[in-house]
Amino acid sequence: MSHPPPRAGKEGGLPAQAPAGQVQRRAPLCPAPCGRPGPAQSWPRGQRRAGRRMPVLGALKRPVLLRAEINVSLVALAVAAVASRLWGLAGPRAVVFDEVYYGQFVSLYVKRIFFVDDSGPPLGHALLALGGYLGGFDGNFLWNRIGAEYTMNVPVWSLRLLPAVAGALCVPLAYQILVELRFSHCAALGAALLILLENSLITQSRLMLLESILIFFILLAVLSYLKFCNSQKRSPFSATWWFWLLLTGVACSCAVGVKYMGLFTYVLLLVIAGIHFWHLIGDQALSKVSVLCHLLARGLALVVIPVAMYLSFFYLHLTLLYRSGPHDQIMTSAFQASLEGGLARITQGQPLEIAYGSQITLRNVLGKPMPCWLHSHKNTYPIRYENGRGSSHQQQVTCYPFKDVNNWWIVKDPGTQQLVVSNPPRPIRHGHIVQLVHGITTRYLNTHDVAAPLSPHAQEVSCYIDYNISMPAQNLWRVEIVNRESDADVWKTILSEVRFVHVNTSAMLKLSGVALPDWGYRQLEVVGEKLSKGYHQSMLWNVEEHRYGKSQEQKEREVELHSPTQIDISKNLSFMAKFTELQWKILTLKNEDTEHKYSSSPLAWITMDTNIVYWLHPASGAQIHLIGNMLIWTSANAATLAYLCLFLWYLLRRRRRICDVPEDVWWAWVFAGGLCVGGWAANYLPFFLMEKTLFLYHYLPALTFQILLIPVVLQHLNDHFCRSQLSKHMFQALIVAWFSSVYLTYRTFSPLTYGEPPLSPAELRALRWKESWDILIRKH
Amino acid sequence: MYAAAPATGAAQPESHPPPLRGFQAAGDVRSGQLQLSSVCTRCSPLMRGVSRRHAMSPGTHPPACPATPSPVMTCSMDSVSRGAVQEGARPGPEVGLRMPRALRGGQAEPGPRCGALRQRESRVPAEGQSRCPDSAPALAALGDVGGGWAALGFVTVLGFASRFYRLPQPPHVCWDETHFGKMGSYYINRTFFFDVHPPLGKMLIGLAGYLSGYDGTFPFQKPGDRYEQHNYIGMRGFCAFLGSCLVPFVYLTVLELSKSLPAALLSAFILIFDTGCITLSQYILLDPILMFFIMAAVLSMVKYNSCADRPFSLPWWFWLSLTGVNLAGAMGVKFVGLFVVILVGLNTISDLWDLLGDLSLSLIMFGKHLLARVLCLILLPLSLYMALFAVHFAILNKSGPGDGFYSSAFQSRLIGNNLHNVSIPEHLAYGSVITMKNLRMAGGYLHSHWHLYPEGVGARQQQVTAYLHKDLNNLWIIKKYDSNTDHLDPSCTVEFVRHGDIIRLEHKETSRNLHSHQHEAPLTRKHFQVTGYGINGTGDSNDFWRIEVVGRKSGKLIKVLRSQIRLTHVATGCLLGSSGKTLPKWGWEQVEVTCTPYLKENPSSLWNIEDHINPKLPNISLDVLKPSFTEILLESHMVMIRGNSGLKPKENEVTSKPWHWPINYQGLRFSGINETDYRVYLLGNPVVWWLNLVTIGVYFLMTTSTAVAMKRGVQQMTEHRELFQVLLQGGGQIMLGWLLHYLPFFMMGRVLYFHHYFPAMLFSSMLTGITWDTLLKFCTGHLLSSTMAWKVYTCGVLTLVLLIVYSFYLFHPLSYGMVGPMASDPNSPMAGLRWLESWEF
Repeated sequence: MSHPPPRAGKEGGLPAQAPAGQVQRRAPLCPAPCGRPGPAQSWPRGQRRAGRRMPVLGALKRPVLLRAEINVSLVALAVAAVASRLWGLAGPRAVVFDEVYYGQFVSLYVKRIFFVDDSGPPLGHALLALGGYLGGFDGNFLWNRIGAEYTMNVPVWSLRLLPAVAGALCVPLAYQILVELRFSHCAALGAALLILLENSLITQSRLMLLESILIFFILLAVLSYLKFCNSQKRSPFSATWWFWLLLTGVACSCAVGVKYMGLFTYVLLLVIAGIHFWHLIGDQALSKVSVLCHLLARGLALVVIPVAMYLSFFYLHLTLLYRSGPHDQIMTSAFQASLEGGLARITQGQPLEIAYGSQITLRNVLGKPMPCWLHSHKNTYPIRYENGRGSSHQQQVTCYPFKDVNNWWIVKDPGTQQLVVSNPPRPIRHGHIVQLVHGITTRYLNTHDVAAPLSPHAQEVSCYIDYNISMPAQNLWRVEIVNRESDADVWKTILSEVRFVHVNTSAMLKLSGVALPDWGYRQLEVVGEKLSKGYHQSMLWNVEEHRYGKSQEQKEREVELHSPTQIDISKNLSFMAKFTELQWKILTLKNEDTEHKYSSSPLAWITMDTNIVYWLHPASGAQIHLIGNMLIWTSANAATLAYLCLFLWYLLRRRRRICDVPEDVWWAWVFAGGLCVGGWAANYLPFFLMEKTLFLYHYLPALTFQILLIPVVLQHLNDHFCRSQLSKHMFQALIVAWFSSVYLTYRTFSPLTYGEPPLSPAELRALRWKESWDILIRKH
Repeated sequence: MYAAAPATGAAQPESHPPPLRGFQAAGDVRSGQLQLSSVCTRCSPLMRGVSRRHAMSPGTHPPACPATPSPVMTCSMDSVSRGAVQEGARPGPEVGLRMPRALRGGQAEPGPRCGALRQRESRVPAEGQSRCPDSAPALAALGDVGGGWAALGFVTVLGFASRFYRLPQPPHVCWDETHFGKMGSYYINRTFFFDVHPPLGKMLIGLAGYLSGYDGTFPFQKPGDRYEQHNYIGMRGFCAFLGSCLVPFVYLTVLELSKSLPAALLSAFILIFDTGCITLSQYILLDPILMFFIMAAVLSMVKYNSCADRPFSLPWWFWLSLTGVNLAGAMGVKFVGLFVVILVGLNTISDLWDLLGDLSLSLIMFGKHLLARVLCLILLPLSLYMALFAVHFAILNKSGPGDGFYSSAFQSRLIGNNLHNVSIPEHLAYGSVITMKNLRMAGGYLHSHWHLYPEGVGARQQQVTAYLHKDLNNLWIIKKYDSNTDHLDPSCTVEFVRHGDIIRLEHKETSRNLHSHQHEAPLTRKHFQVTGYGINGTGDSNDFWRIEVVGRKSGKLIKVLRSQIRLTHVATGCLLGSSGKTLPKWGWEQVEVTCTPYLKENPSSLWNIEDHINPKLPNISLDVLKPSFTEILLESHMVMIRGNSGLKPKENEVTSKPWHWPINYQGLRFSGINETDYRVYLLGNPVVWWLNLVTIGVYFLMTTSTAVAMKRGVQQMTEHRELFQVLLQGGGQIMLGWLLHYLPFFMMGRVLYFHHYFPAMLFSSMLTGITWDTLLKFCTGHLLSSTMAWKVYTCGVLTLVLLIVYSFYLFHPLSYGMVGPMASDPNSPMAGLRWLESWEF
């Protein structure tokens, strides 16, 4: 027990292991996953126990020492990383590539205007906006074009600072991960250097983009899980153990919060944690209670906390953005009413309960292909459609995507002729039967057994006109509140989602989503759906604007319809309701036109067959590309291949009881590979199933994992394949040579990474290593 | 049921005693276990170690201290322990069996370390089974004797009866019969058609129709058409026959996996009395055929697994190759068959893994095993699958409605197509008159006509579109970009067009040039507009296009039909392509043609030359251009896959979601809507389906708790261990099958229907049989004395069966047809049965 007990200095973390690089491999370490009682377990535990048994005064017997050990190489790496990411950060002073996309959200954030972005959850935008906020950005910049010069009020440097720092921190994180995987100092150094010199990671870090932040959180999650895992063997439930476990959960949720891609790593870590816990169950030394405690602790840190954090991001998002803005329209009326300005200004103070005689506008809940309101106008359906089918030639009923006086309807009691609200108002409940009267034309909403204009399987919906054509009026509708709590619920403004069931035919009023031809002014078709296949949002309507009708006369009523609504009641949605709606919208919103010049297929990423031009100087040949360090990409692929081959080879041979490598080395090999190759696969393969537009930068998280594998494989080859001293030396010399060429490649491409200095056409041509790369050469 | 009962009664007395003995033997073990657990719950770790050591056989290492001294040692120790295991396992007494288990627990589960573990687990039950008459419960013994056959016969008869009952009703086209019946007719008439599924199912339907005297003349236009004098019974009967075979298949599979007659009977009854399975089997559909092959593959896989102790014997070969044949069949009907291929593949891999870990097997033997599987499970199905397509192409040799989906080269095979046996010049020359076909599916020909683009849509020049039909306006003349000479003039020499040449395309009818410029295209705003421009062939430099062949070096000639051509606009660098969107009325609803600035290699920007007229060149027969079998095979797969992914649900359309299926949320209307119609509604028997659903939860609970208990090293009785073996191994295979046939649907973007769940439902039913049988045995064995246990167990199984039969009695009109008021009407006989609002019968 000559080993010094871990003391304050160790909290610095790194150094204790670093100098021990050589010794470590010899020591009977347990690189095996935690929970598997390895030989390593015996000595630290015994030692700890010895420490604990010391009486309280024992602590005073020794002088209080504070030893600080600084891993100079790590510090140097971090400094180099910061330098490489922050150097000339404010240049170019122009919008580069996707900054045009994220920038608009930063502006909206600074102005506290609500928006929906389908590309991901809000944490990433919030972090970018934080940079803008710290730099004093007022949000006044028009993000409309890549290459546009920034005006003086845009704090470019501070906007780009956060991603750059996150990108720089990935370098020491990579070092630490390799150390925690129990690889040598050299291997760790190598991993950090490779991350440092990877051009694509640098480019992506230096701009106002989210990938570097994502990668930072991913690596942080992996590192803290490894730290947790290693402290599991030494001292479960200690403060460090809790710290790293909780940090894992927090980092995972942050990664998911920045981009949904973070989910892949989260799932990977959950799977690894699950396997480790499974081994823990088999550990007979643990009592049932402590196994349960372990389970609960993991559940808390890896499931409960991430979920809570994720919710808190949305809470933050919704609290910060309280003003109405450009994306209001896609949200439901209730949501819009909760924002300041916009719809809230109109609906403020409307009566809550719909009563007989109410004047209302009805909005379709689905909001696809665009949000619209039930509408009718004087024009009738054409007698014959182009395909020869006939229509009822009655007044058209459509769904109209703009606010209009023709969107107003009056709810009428079929029993009376009254079109005003009685005093006291008689509210309408679930199951009541009503007639809907179009406000301006005073015709009744009607449907009948005539095929709809564009969806012939459904019924036509019209406003009834009696042309003496033996077609009786069928204008009774049953109101069914779908989100009711009891059957006696009252139909409420904004809040109730209502289905209108036609009494005679049981058809339901539905938005078919098809645009009518010219005779229908390209408004959207509304039909009566006969085969009601259950619940669909296109059949649901909610009241948006509402007032109690007072005027009996048609002329007065028209004036009334044109005037804005008055009275005052506020309607607040709960956070969970808002969250569910926003989350659902984020997941289901789809951009229509997804083609992009630089989109690529996942298959092209491995070999980097494609690049992305991020920015081109308006005059000179200076340009920024997302282009990787070719040598690193190739080596990473080679390392993956080598790893898989060796793994398979060992596995099959072990099955035949032939052990090529010692047991602990094998498990270290499996664990490191499981993490790196698993991380690569988890972050890469799912893209083959996705149908959205994909870009090369989606590959960067996977690439980071793949890069971490290179030193793992190299060290393994060095330790177990180079038998003689000579071959070891040869191999190491090769590695050094290889590293120098990695550096050279980095140097060669750095003009494209930093956008400086401008290159001549000849130089640019020389950089086009692959035919498929798109490098812009000016013709003068 | 009655047929089985006497057999049960007869067998009972003689096999009754053994369970008694089993329970007695279990008794002491249980007391030991009790003692252990009671100590465990409260004592300190130290105490616990002692107590466990006490509970285990002497000489075993205390598990808390793994202390593997050196890596090399570990390896050797493994082999030592393995030796001990084998020695221990062979004699079979309980102590011997338990000892290595405890030992293994002590090593804290090396996982897949040196696979003796799996090996042991898979071999032990096999031995146990061979001795099962003296230890297993009474009923299980029946599986081996005649009673098993009687039961098999009984369920088979019931299965056939339920499927063939009222088969001719209704005598009109139901639901998808309109597709598959029509496709069957196509085979009889030998006309070519396009479908998203591989051909086997429809070929079999066609064959059945042909053999039963159907002449292929019924048009199958739409559901509800009466068959009149046409013979449709043959085709329905064929499907019903295959659907009925599922019952014995399920019975045999469960029997093989669980060795328990009640489990097998239960599963079979579930299937017999499920209204959904009956309905789906009674019509001319692909599903009964698909399910037949899936289940046959599973059955033969299970059979060959149980032959594992006699490798290379005749039954072994038989079942192995039969598995391969059925895999080919399943894949040949629908691509969903891929899931069962994966199931068998995973099973084979784990099988091979066990064999590899068996050190008594030499590598050469292992190689033989490997080869046998490669031969039977890869090569055999693959060749059968290809043969299937060969037959398909050989039968369908006449031009038909599916031509347009395929490339020009493909069409040249079809009798009656205008490309069939046509002879045209092979290489493109200047002055040739050509038509160009877009390579995207149903891409259309490059087309122009006298009409201009309307006001506000780009420049007001002549429209250029893609048109799906053959027409004179599809003809274009290839000219040199810089001269307007008539190359067809006899004085000119023939000059071939080469890869990389800059050309001009002149529209033959209107003499305008194919032109593009930087105006936005009518529909795809990011692309450039393509127009016809110029007068009598005189235009400007925006009419110049570079012609390139994909994957070719410069200077090569361009072949008609075979070359894939790319036309690059010289001035803007964009590519001529078809966006696939339909133009509005001003464009006569033809397809938009654009010039795309995104230089992507995809079929929408590639073209080939179809017609080629050049009197100065010798015509050669297109036969030399005929694509090879592999090419048409590949192409038809590409077209099928694209067709499948093209089946996207439209916006605002209510579609069936995978989560609806297991809860039987919504059915499918097969026939009839109104009160007076003869209505058939595809809906599972709700009792059966909800039982299945609950079972999946129960199964997960049971396996998890068992697995955790085993991992914690809890001692179990031999009998329970056997039960759990069945649950984990047999049930695990079935569970895997269910997952494989269900989960992938969540990732599919295409339109989904309720009937997609039925293959998964078969697995779910088998799981129900196995799980409830195990659960009942386990519970009764735990709680009661042996005679009581036996009674309760029998009662439990009987209750389940009666429940199923009774619910079938209630719901049978769903499949056998109902006439009269809808269920929402209180007068209807089905009135009380509309348990979910979403059911529409």
